[in-house]
Amino acid sequence: MKVITIDDSSTMRRIIKNTLKRIGYGDEILEAGDGKEALEVLENNEVDLIITDWNMPVMDGLTFVKTIRANSKYDDTPIIMVTTEAAKEDIITALKAGVNNYIVKPFTPDVLKEKIETVLGKKD
Amino acid sequence: MAKLSVEWINPFIEATESIISTVAMVKIKRGKLALKEDSTVEYDISGIIGITGEAVGSIALSFPKKTALAIVTNFIGEDVVGIDNDTIDAIGELTNMVAGSAKKTFSDQGIRIKISIPNVVVGKNHTVASPRGTPSIIIPFESNVGELAIQVSLKPGA
Repeated sequence: MKVITIDDSSTMRRIIKNTLKRIGYGDEILEAGDGKEALEVLENNEVDLIITDWNMPVMDGLTFVKTIRANSKYDDTPIIMVTTEAAKEDIITALKAGVNNYIVKPFTPDVLKEKIETVLGKKD
Repeated sequence: MAKLSVEWINPFIEATESIISTVAMVKIKRGKLALKEDSTVEYDISGIIGITGEAVGSIALSFPKKTALAIVTNFIGEDVVGIDNDTIDAIGELTNMVAGSAKKTFSDQGIRIKISIPNVVVGKNHTVASPRGTPSIIIPFESNVGELAIQVSLKPGA
């Protein structure tokens, strides 16, 4: 499975990569530091799962998600948002933009695994 | 100058305790609150986040080098020996998590705020200034890996 993790923090990208490897989703992990860079990476790569932060410079996660969801090529690509934005209205905004699931930082490996399994349809 | 209300300080105290304990497995104990002008605490690295909305100002999460290295080592699960780009990034992310957690508490109380992307300042024995006219409180914490502090500078927004 190929995953892209998008976060302006190299620390968070490292933690997410290490966690993905630990929970069995570490086959191939691409990285991007913001939404614009992610769009460029996705031009040349097909992925099975997108994990994105919200607050990022250049192009934030919400704009990225809206851009991706406007392209039918990505209709079936699940998106998980991993962010510090934990207010109820923020979660609703992200879900309306096309995010499939939502994780508030900091998170445990179990939470990431559960959310991935949910968006991949491996769990009810 | 207006005083900072407890309702505006507590979310940041609780967020700092919770985030440091969760991500770095370090229990911290709150010290005595101090007005910024009365405090002479100096630090080596600070994560700073701007706040806008119904409250306006900034928060700064500050560490002496020794505390920062111990906390970042636990946070990323790898040994960190100096203040390099990884340490700077990790302190920014920790500050982001603290601000995000406090933002949720504000939201639950019906107060809407927005938080900026973190900036990180590195420099031996620096202090973080707050804008003139903005009340500022320093909350020190102690832990088994050293001291740290959060500075909350906020006033009502427009």
